[in-house]
Amino acid sequence: MHLDVRVPLGLLFLLLGIILIVFGLASNPAIYAQHSLGQNVNLVWGAVFALFGAVVLLLSRRGRSGGQPPA
Amino acid sequence: MPFLHLPVLAATTGAPAAGDAIHEVILKLAGVDYLILGIYFAFVLAIGWILRKYLKTSADFFESGRSLPAWVCALGFIGANLGAQEVIGMAASGAKYGIATSHFYWIGAIPAMVFVGVFMMPFYYGSKARSVPEYLKLRFDEKTRALNALSFAFMTVFSSGISMHALALLLNSILRWDYNVCIAVSSAIVLIYIVSGGLTSAIYNEVLQFFLIVLGLLPLVLLGLKDIGGWSGLMARLQDYSAAQGMPGAWSHSWAQMGSAKANPMGIEWFGLAMGLGFVLSFGYWCTDFLVIQRAMAAKDMASARRTPLLAAIPKMMFPALVILPGMLAVALLQKHAGFQLPPAADGTPNYNMVVPAMLAQYFPNGMLGIGLTALMASFMSGMAGNVTAFNTVFTYDIYQSYLHPKATDAHLVTVGRVTTVVGLLISVACAYAARQFNNIMDMLQLVFGFVNAPLFAVFLLGMFWRRATGHGAFWGLVLGTLAAMGFQGVTLPVGASAGIKGGWLGAHWFFSSSMAQNFWMAIFAFTGCFVATIVISLATAPNKTDDQLRGLVYSLTERIKDHGTAWYARPATLGVVVLAAALVLNVIFW
Repeated sequence: MHLDVRVPLGLLFLLLGIILIVFGLASNPAIYAQHSLGQNVNLVWGAVFALFGAVVLLLSRRGRSGGQPPA
Repeated sequence: MPFLHLPVLAATTGAPAAGDAIHEVILKLAGVDYLILGIYFAFVLAIGWILRKYLKTSADFFESGRSLPAWVCALGFIGANLGAQEVIGMAASGAKYGIATSHFYWIGAIPAMVFVGVFMMPFYYGSKARSVPEYLKLRFDEKTRALNALSFAFMTVFSSGISMHALALLLNSILRWDYNVCIAVSSAIVLIYIVSGGLTSAIYNEVLQFFLIVLGLLPLVLLGLKDIGGWSGLMARLQDYSAAQGMPGAWSHSWAQMGSAKANPMGIEWFGLAMGLGFVLSFGYWCTDFLVIQRAMAAKDMASARRTPLLAAIPKMMFPALVILPGMLAVALLQKHAGFQLPPAADGTPNYNMVVPAMLAQYFPNGMLGIGLTALMASFMSGMAGNVTAFNTVFTYDIYQSYLHPKATDAHLVTVGRVTTVVGLLISVACAYAARQFNNIMDMLQLVFGFVNAPLFAVFLLGMFWRRATGHGAFWGLVLGTLAAMGFQGVTLPVGASAGIKGGWLGAHWFFSSSMAQNFWMAIFAFTGCFVATIVISLATAPNKTDDQLRGLVYSLTERIKDHGTAWYARPATLGVVVLAAALVLNVIFW
């Protein structure tokens, strides 16, 4: 079975997302006031990354169990 | 290879202005940023490594075995095209020209992408040609193939070198990393994943790079917009700015000031823009450049191949929001005097090439900063890898197998492909150092590429749609078209420039409001020259192919593709119409 590109794609974003979330939770809130207009962009965008990665991985699972990957 | 403006990423050393002006942009990385970078590169190398075992034939290495789904090819198509020159360069252009920069997308790419998908892919994919020069050999003759293969190989490997140089210069400037180390590491990474996994590895990485660029840079745009007071805040500031420049409205409208070259900062009027950029240059790139066509030809069937450029057009249409907007935001933020600053360029004006790094420094804390930097590096490397795969395929099939070693076995060709990758990257490295040494080299090469690309599309258009076009017509049309481009540049000059690399070296007789205008008109001239020459010479020479040989290569001798089995919404023609309509709507909204 050939490597489905959705596997490394999903894994990468999930992993990066988790790193951002963890760092966002652990970091000093003062840096967000200085940079990203007060929002904890690491936390918020880390969640976006992780969600994207998870969705892509799910889609690759569906493709595999369904037999042929969709065109 | 983006066919226009490469920003010259010179180190910024302007004298400090009064107060707290900055000299340069420096990004301070923390451990988490290095971790993110490290993970990304680990994935890139791992993909190449895993794909090694699926690589059995030369078709696998050079054409992905023609097995990839349309959406993967589409993202590869876009990813290979999207070098960092685009990310950095379009932001700079967004600052210099405002929303009119969108012309490079909405008329400078979309119509051509639709045309190549709907009308030209059937000939590229159906002819079983393994490359664009090979199509020319099947349709015309060997000398036409040789001309295209040699000029393309040269241009693509030099483009890769210029990308490498620009990346190393940027990283040296904003991170203080050693230039030589950057060159060595970036070329080593690209080398490893392409030698191991071939075209599939390049395309898979382009898919990753695409999402990284979109998701990595989107927060930058969102934060910038929030800072400036939303879209209306941005428009208000740009209106003030453009009025102060003497061109009211120019930064926030894309067509309204195109009536006259003096009313907009691009210095071009609508006809030169539409015909020069929208038609000749745009179609010349998207319809004939093997860098992108190679990705469509890797698709698993004809329908997927046709859909590839059409699907790619969808994100392409939306890129202005991601790459041009930062430039417009930068101009507005500088106006607002809210703390955002750009270092000065050599002539004292703000260095707009630093827009993206400056915004990264301003809006991204460590963590997201690592992501933003990775996205930037990914965009450079996808451009380099695209050039390298196109080069190794054209060299192996169109030069090595055609002229040097026609009886080579399949396994031998794969080895040649791998060796060519190494050699190609070494030549690129040499070119990077040459560009560093002689700053003019980048401008010279851009000029040469412009001369060669301008007439190209005329030959393909006639080849695919006019049965009577002959090999002599195509070859001499290309030669004469290129000479016409050179001659045109030699007798024209942008206002305010001195004769030399900018033109006028044969004596400046006609003047244009800007280099861009001169470039667009040169393209129109060269295309027309080549078109007419090819027709005249074809009619004067005997056809060199029989109808049987041309079946599948020319419109009148090819069976129309019947899409009856596909649902109406999935047909390429339908998708093409939808994409064009959407682009039209965008043009109207930002009129």
